[in-house]
Amino acid sequence: MTLSAAHGAPPRLPAPVGAVTEALIDALRQPPHALFDLPVPSDGDDLAGDDMHLALYVCCELAYRGFAGVDGEWEWEPSLVELRLGLERRFETALRAALPTVPDATEGRVPERLEALIAADDSPSVARHLAQRGTEDELRELLIHRSADRLKEADPHVRVIPRLPTRAKAAMVEVLADEYGGGRPEYLHAELYRQALEALGLDGAYGAYVDRLPGVTLATVNLMSMFGAHARWRGAIAGHLAVTEMTSSEANRRYGRAVRRLGYTSREATHYFDEHVEADAIHDVIAAHDLAGGLADAEPDQGDTVVFGARALFLVERAFAEHLLGAWSAGRSSLR
Amino acid sequence: MTRATEIACYPNGPLIVRGPVRLVDATGARIPTRRATIALCRCGRSRISPFCDGTHRTTGFVDPPARGRPGPADR
Repeated sequence: MTLSAAHGAPPRLPAPVGAVTEALIDALRQPPHALFDLPVPSDGDDLAGDDMHLALYVCCELAYRGFAGVDGEWEWEPSLVELRLGLERRFETALRAALPTVPDATEGRVPERLEALIAADDSPSVARHLAQRGTEDELRELLIHRSADRLKEADPHVRVIPRLPTRAKAAMVEVLADEYGGGRPEYLHAELYRQALEALGLDGAYGAYVDRLPGVTLATVNLMSMFGAHARWRGAIAGHLAVTEMTSSEANRRYGRAVRRLGYTSREATHYFDEHVEADAIHDVIAAHDLAGGLADAEPDQGDTVVFGARALFLVERAFAEHLLGAWSAGRSSLR
Repeated sequence: MTRATEIACYPNGPLIVRGPVRLVDATGARIPTRRATIALCRCGRSRISPFCDGTHRTTGFVDPPARGRPGPADR
């Protein structure tokens, strides 16, 4: 097993897809300077627009690995931060407007509310489709879509640690330590994902596929980055992680079945999915009870924020699943 | 002082085991674990037994009321 040696190489800037990304990406190629009179996203769809979400993705990415040839000072350039905050406000407004389309759960303590949301979710399942009858091309597309966050798995969630009360903090660190391999780099989940990509003949380099990803995919990543970046969203990122963990074992069991059914049986191809069946069954209860529940017990006003984070996840994930399954059933690619 | 190994019983879910344990099968052979924290199946339906794989949620496993104990989160 070879570890990724190329962590230091940041990805190329993506190609623009609209008015905001034209202006933003052009500016990032230059030395840091104040941005004036930036246009608004040209899509008219703040939940899933390509221009909206590529622009927000690029802004957020400056706080992770950045881009080749882009000055690191851009991360805190005030006018760029202002742009990011403006895009986040648009995203939040759109999420709140669409939230009534997602089931709610108001009864009981936070872990029970999260269980009720999962039980009420009637989104279509990409994992079930792939396990039962997905094609090899569809499996590859799914892996390409998810590369946008799986190659930095857990990174958006790390920033919440100092903002959590004691029991929730211990739970978050326990989960994240496992996400990061428990001290063994070869078990880092992002590293296992890179191996899965390459085992299926795909490019495992960070950011390699951003130009192929529609806004509906980047929105799933931007949601995590937004929740993880703001202390006021500490409940939302906890709820997001809890529901992710609570639903992940079953989904990954199905992805593992799909990978094997399509003939990829090497450890590199299957390890990421098998690892998540076991790991996320552990994280599931810790994240639900000790992280999300522990936060709401210590700070009761965060309980509704936890549930908001979980419902926002269901909202963007349903749009993502409908996009993929809709494209495939029409015989089209789901990528850009 | 070494901390005692903790086995936490979560409502309608697995046993979470934290701390040094040696897991063996009925013949005494070692069942490999590399994690500091493991989850042991309590519903009997896991496909990666003795570890939990989340199946309890899809099969609707509920604690028997007479023996159910609140998890640490619920004390």
